[in-house]
Amino acid sequence: MIHSLFLINCSGDIFLEKHWKSVVSQSVCDYFFEAQEKAIDVENVPPVISTPHHYLISIYRDKIFFVSVIQTEVPPLFVIEFLHRVADTFQDYFGECSETAIKDNVVIVYELLEEMLDNGFPLATESNILKELIKPPTILRSVVNSITGSSNVGDTLPTGQLSNIPWRRAGVKYTNNEAYFDVIEEIDAIIDKSGSTVFAEIQGVIDSCIKLSGMPDLSLSFMNPRLLDDVSFHPCIRFKRWESERVLSFIPPDGNFRLISYRVSSQNLVAIPVYVKHMISFKENSSSGRFDVTIGPKQNMGKTVEGVVMTVHMPKAVLNMNLTATQGSYTFDPVIKVLTWDVGKITPQKLPNLKGIVNLQSGAPKPEENPSLNIQFKIQQLAISGLKVNRLDMYGEKYKPFKGVKYITKAGKFQVRT
Amino acid sequence: MSITSSPHWEEKGGANELLVQIENEDLKQMLESSKDSAKLDAMKRIVGMIAKGKNASELFPAVVKNVASKNIEIKKLVYVYLMRYAEEQQDLALLSISTFQRALKDPNQLIRASALRVLSSIRVPIIVPIMMLAIKEASSDLSPYVRKNAAHAIQKLYSLDPEQKEMLIEVIEKLLKDKSTLVAGSVVMAFEEVCPDRIDLIHKNYRKLCNLLVDVEEWGQVVIIHMLTRYARTQFVSPWKDDEVVEEYSENNFYESDEEQKEKDQKVKNTYTMDPDHRLLLRNTKPLLQSRNAAVVMAVAQLYWHLAPKSEAGIVSKSLVRLLHSNREVQYIVLQNIATMSIQRKGMFEPYLKSFYVRSTDPTMIKTLKLEILTNLANEANISTLLREFQTYVRSQDKQFAAATIQAIGRCATNITEVTDTCLNGLVCLLSNRDEIVVAESVVVIKKLLQTQPAHHGEIIKHMAKLLDNITVPVARASILWLIGEYCERVPKIAPDVLRKTAKTFTNEDDLVKLQILNLGAKLYLTNSKQTKLLTQYVLNLGKYDQSYDIRDRTRFIRQLIVPNEKSGALSKYAKKIFLAQKPAPLLESPFKDRDHFQLGTLSHTLNSRATGYLELSDWPKVAPDPSVRNVDVAELAKEWTGILGKTKKEKPTEKFYSESEEDEDESSSTSASGRCLESNLHLPCLKNSIFRTGHYLKRIRKKFKKSQSYVAAPVSVPTKTHELLHRMSGKGLAAHYHFSRQPGIFGDRMVSVQLTVTNTTDQKIENIHIKEKKLPPGMRMHEFNPIECLEPAGSITVSMGIDFCDSAQMASFQLCTKDDYFNVNIQPPVGELLLPVTMSEKDFKKEQGMLTGMNETSATIAVAPQNSTRLVIIEKVVKAANLGVVPSGQDNIHRFAAKTVHSGSLMLVTVELKESSTAQLIINTEKTVIGSVLLRELKPVLSQG
Repeated sequence: MIHSLFLINCSGDIFLEKHWKSVVSQSVCDYFFEAQEKAIDVENVPPVISTPHHYLISIYRDKIFFVSVIQTEVPPLFVIEFLHRVADTFQDYFGECSETAIKDNVVIVYELLEEMLDNGFPLATESNILKELIKPPTILRSVVNSITGSSNVGDTLPTGQLSNIPWRRAGVKYTNNEAYFDVIEEIDAIIDKSGSTVFAEIQGVIDSCIKLSGMPDLSLSFMNPRLLDDVSFHPCIRFKRWESERVLSFIPPDGNFRLISYRVSSQNLVAIPVYVKHMISFKENSSSGRFDVTIGPKQNMGKTVEGVVMTVHMPKAVLNMNLTATQGSYTFDPVIKVLTWDVGKITPQKLPNLKGIVNLQSGAPKPEENPSLNIQFKIQQLAISGLKVNRLDMYGEKYKPFKGVKYITKAGKFQVRT
Repeated sequence: MSITSSPHWEEKGGANELLVQIENEDLKQMLESSKDSAKLDAMKRIVGMIAKGKNASELFPAVVKNVASKNIEIKKLVYVYLMRYAEEQQDLALLSISTFQRALKDPNQLIRASALRVLSSIRVPIIVPIMMLAIKEASSDLSPYVRKNAAHAIQKLYSLDPEQKEMLIEVIEKLLKDKSTLVAGSVVMAFEEVCPDRIDLIHKNYRKLCNLLVDVEEWGQVVIIHMLTRYARTQFVSPWKDDEVVEEYSENNFYESDEEQKEKDQKVKNTYTMDPDHRLLLRNTKPLLQSRNAAVVMAVAQLYWHLAPKSEAGIVSKSLVRLLHSNREVQYIVLQNIATMSIQRKGMFEPYLKSFYVRSTDPTMIKTLKLEILTNLANEANISTLLREFQTYVRSQDKQFAAATIQAIGRCATNITEVTDTCLNGLVCLLSNRDEIVVAESVVVIKKLLQTQPAHHGEIIKHMAKLLDNITVPVARASILWLIGEYCERVPKIAPDVLRKTAKTFTNEDDLVKLQILNLGAKLYLTNSKQTKLLTQYVLNLGKYDQSYDIRDRTRFIRQLIVPNEKSGALSKYAKKIFLAQKPAPLLESPFKDRDHFQLGTLSHTLNSRATGYLELSDWPKVAPDPSVRNVDVAELAKEWTGILGKTKKEKPTEKFYSESEEDEDESSSTSASGRCLESNLHLPCLKNSIFRTGHYLKRIRKKFKKSQSYVAAPVSVPTKTHELLHRMSGKGLAAHYHFSRQPGIFGDRMVSVQLTVTNTTDQKIENIHIKEKKLPPGMRMHEFNPIECLEPAGSITVSMGIDFCDSAQMASFQLCTKDDYFNVNIQPPVGELLLPVTMSEKDFKKEQGMLTGMNETSATIAVAPQNSTRLVIIEKVVKAANLGVVPSGQDNIHRFAAKTVHSGSLMLVTVELKESSTAQLIINTEKTVIGSVLLRELKPVLSQG
C-alpha cells in the first residue's frame, strides 16, 4: 500500500526518506513541490496528488510535510490516518514532532517506521506495543547508552501484539495507582454581525491518564449519558455494553490515551460563554479606519472565562494599527496582517476593550469586508454541555486507585463575523 | 540534546569523494571491531545515511557480516540495511539467507516472524523458492502472529515473482480459513493484491469474516470492509428496488423508525427479501461507525452507501459529519465523498446543513468543497437561509472562494425557480463590485442565467454592455460580447456601437474575446447589415491575418458563410439559422455529478479518474447466485480448523481470556456483551502446555470433537546421517547422497522431505541432472527437485525433494538422469522418518494410549546398555533414530514419545520403561501395526547398543 515516505520541511528539504518496497527516487517529490508552489499557502496543498507513475498522499503536521508514495488504489483516508498516527507516535516519543527532534533521533525514527509498516501495510501502531519494542529516548538512557553502547531496542519481547488486548502490556506495576480523566469540550461556533448564533455545536473528548497496576477492568458511567449524540471510541471500549447500558466499560491502555470523542446533539442549545461588541469601519476615500472591540462574559455559570485571545486576519490593504487595550497586550504583524490580542481573564466589572485607528495603504480601495474575529478562551471546572461523570468502578484488581476527573471548556473554531 | 551519537547531518551531499571514502573506511573498521558498541555506532551512522538518501551500498560486505550478531539492535539495523540494499547487491545478500533460514525454526514466534519479514523483504529473485517454502511453512505455524507475517510475505513474493501466483493462491486459501483476528486483515489484503477476482475463495469464509470484523485491528477492518463491499455486490440482489424494502428476517429494532417500517411491511408483502447474509454484513459493520479511525468510518459509510437499502443509508451521515472536526486532510476527503452523496440523496445531509457553513479560516479547498455541498443541499425550504450565508461568502477576502460562491448562486438560481429573479438581481448588484474577479465571475454566471430565460432582460444586457469599458478579464468580456450578439435584436442601438468599440481594440484582445468579436460581427451582419457591413468586414480582415490559426480559421469560415459571393454554396442561405438558432441553455451542474461511478472512499473517487489497481464495483446481479455456497457445515468447519494446526485439539477453559474473564466477574453481562469475539490465541514460549482457544462459533462443536489435544512440533533433532543414493563409480563420476531433513510439509502435507546432495567428481561439467522414469508403488507420489542445469567439476549441490511413502517402508525407485546418461536408484526410508513429531501432555498421551491397546500395541523387553540409562541419553538416542516428539513425563523411569505418520496422520506412541537390571520395556501403540512393529525392531538396537 504505502510505498515510500518522504519527510519534507518548510523550505523544501527532504530530510528523511524510507522505503518499504523497492526504492523510489526522490525526484518524485518534484510533483509535490510543483503543487506546493501552485497553492497559496501550506494549508492549501492538495492532500492527494496524481503523478504519471505514482500517487502522492500527504499531510502537513507541525511544519513538516509527510509525503507518502502510493502505486495502486488505496482508500486515501487509510493513508492519511496512518500518517497522522506516525506523527502522533513521534510526538509521543520525542515530546514534539519537529524536524530537529526527528533528525536527532533518526535511528529510533527508522526503527519505528520499520515496525509500523510491513510491506506498506500497518503492522504495529499501538503505542503500547511500540514502546515495548523500541524504548523511547530519555536523557538518562541516552547518556547511559552512549557510555555502555547498549541499545534502545527492547530486549524483552512484547506480549501485547500477541494477546487479544493488544493495547495493554502485561505486568504493569505502579506504587501509586491513579486514574485521571479530562473532559474537554470545545465550542465550535459562528456568530453573525448582530451577535446572533448562526451555528454552534459542542465537540468533546475524554482524555485519560491511567497508571494502574495489573489488568484493571474499569467502568465509567455518566449522570446524563443521553447528552452524547455521536461518540467514537478507543478500541478498548466494549461497544455492546455502551449500546445497552450507556456505560463505558474497558480494560485501559497504560498511560495517556483518548478514551472517547463525542458530539453533543445539535438539538440542545449551546450556551455561548462570551459576547463581542465590535465596531470596525473603513472610511471611503481615506487611508484610515476605526477599530473598536469589547469582549464580555455571558452565560458562564459562575465560572471565570480565562485565557482569552483574539486573532484577526486583517484585509491586505491594512498597513498598520494604532490601538490601545484596556487589558492585556496586542501585536500586529504587518507582513501577514494578523492582529493578536492577548486578553487574559475577563472580569465582568471592567470589560476589556481594544480601540484605535487602522492605517490603510493610501490609494488602495476600501476593503470590501470586515475581517472576522477568531476568539479563544478557556473555562476551568466546567463542561459546557453539562456532561458529568457519575462514577468510576474498577474490577479485577484488589488495590484502591486514586481517581480524578477534570472538566475544561475551550473555544474550538469560534468565529465572530463583523 | 543529541540522543544518538553521531548521525552526520552536518556534511552536505557535495562533500568530496575523498572524504566519503575516508568515512567509509572508518565505518568499515568500526564494523569489524570486536566491540558491539563500535558496531552499533557504525550502524547508527549508516542508517542515518540511508535516511538522508545517501548511498551506503559500498559498505554492504562489511554490514552483512553482522547479520548474525547477538545484539538485537545491531541485528535490527542490519536488517534495515539489508532491506534497502539487497536488491542492488544480490550475490552478497545471499550470504545472509542461511541466518534467516535458521531463525525461521526458532522456538520464539517473534524471531520466526521477524526472520520471515526480512527474508521476504529481500528482493532477490534467486531466493524465490526459499521464500515460497518459508511462506508455506509459516502459514501453518502455530502462532497467529507468524501467520500474519506469512500473509504479508505473500504480497511481497507476488510482486517479486508473479509466476508464483497459483501456489500463493493456495496459501491464501488456507490462511483465509484462519480464525485469528490477527491474520484476517493481512490475508484479505494479500487476497486483494494477488487474486481479487477469486471471489469463490470468500464464500466459505464470508460469515466468519463478518463476525470477526469488530475485533480485527483497525487497518484490517478497512481492507476487509472494502473487499466485502465488492463481494456483496456480486452475491446479493439489489435492495433498492422501488425503495420498498421488506424484511422478513425480523430485525425491527434495527430501524430507527419502527412504526413507519411496519406500515410499509403491511402494505407491500414479499416484494424483496434481504438475504440474511447481506443483513449480517450490514449489522456487523454498523458499530464500526463509532471507530476512532476515520478510514474505518469512511469504509463503513461507503459500504452502507453501496449496499444498504436507501432508507438505512442515512445512519452514516452523523458519523461522517463528526469526522469534519478532524484535521484538514481528513476533512478534504470526507467532504468530497459527502459532495458525491449529497447530489443523489439530499435528505441524508440536510439536517446537518449548518455543519457545512464556511469559516474564514478554512483552507480554500475545504471552503469550496463545503460550498459545493451547500449548493447540493439547497432546496425551496432552506434557500433563503443559504442565500444569506452566501452573501457573507461573496464578500470574502479569499477571491477565489468568492468567485466560487457566485457560481454556486448561479446554480441555486437555475435549480430553484422561485429564487431565480432574486439571485439575478443580487448578481447584477455584484457587477458594481470593486473586485474584478468577482465582477467577471458574475458576468459569466449572469450570461448563463439569461440564457435559460432570455425573455425580458434587455436592461441587464444594456447594463453589461456599459461594463465592457472597464472589465479586462477575458472570460467576462467574451461573455458580454456573446450575450450582445445573441440578443442583438433586443438591443439594436447598442450592439453596433459595441462592435465599433471592440473592432478598435481587436488586435489587443485575448483570443477568447477575438472569437466573440467575430461572432458578434457575423450576427450583426445577418440582422443589421446596413449599419455593420463595413465594420464586420474590417474585423474579418483583421482576423484573416491574426497570429492564431484558430482565429484565422474562424474568420475564413464566417466569411464564406455570411458574405455572399459566387463560390458560396447552399449553406449561406441558412447562415442566419445557423448563427441565431435557439441555443440550449447550459446546465449548471456540480463537478461531482459523475463521480458516483467510482466506489466512494477510493483514491479513484478522490482523483476522479481510474487509479491503477482500481477494482470496479459490479452491478447487482438480477438473480442472486446460490446463497448456499456460504454455508459452512459444522463438521467441515472443524476439519478445516484443525487442518490448519495439523491435528485435532480440545478446548480447555482453564485459562481466562478477555470475554470470558468478564463473564466470570460480571455475571450479568453475556459473553457477547463485551463486543469482542474470542480469538484463538497461543501462549508461547511454553509451547507444550499451551492450549488452543477458538472462537465462540466453535463452542457448539467442542462437545462433539473432544479429542485429545496435540499438534505437530518442530523436529527435536535432525539426523546427520546420510545415505548413499549413487556411488561415484557406478554413476560415472556423478555421486549422490541423501538424508532426511525432517522438515514438515514442505511439498505438501503428506510428503517426507529428502535432501539430495549431488556431487560431480569428474573433471567435466555435468549438465541437466533430473529425475525420470519413476517406478513407484501404487499411491506413492514424488515431488521432484527442479532440474540442475549444470554442475561444475568438483562442485556439489543440494536440492530438496518430497516423497509420499504412503506410510510404508517400500522403496521409491527412479532414474537419476544427466544429459547423456541415466542411473537407476532407489530410496528406502527408515521407518523413523515416516513420522512427524507431535507434542501433547502426559495426560493426553495416556488417554490416547488407552484407546490403542490390544491389536494396536506391540512391545518387547530389551537389554539396555548401562551408559544408556539416563534420561538425556535415551531421549537423544530415540529421537535420533526416529522423528519423535518428547512427551513430558512425571516418572523418572518412564520416557514417552509421540508422533504421527506423515501420510495418514495416525498417532504413534512410544513408551520406554526402564526396569531393574538393565532391562527396559519398549511399547509402541499405533493403528499402523506394520510400521509399529518395524519401528520396534529398529529401536531395539538403538538402546541396547553402547
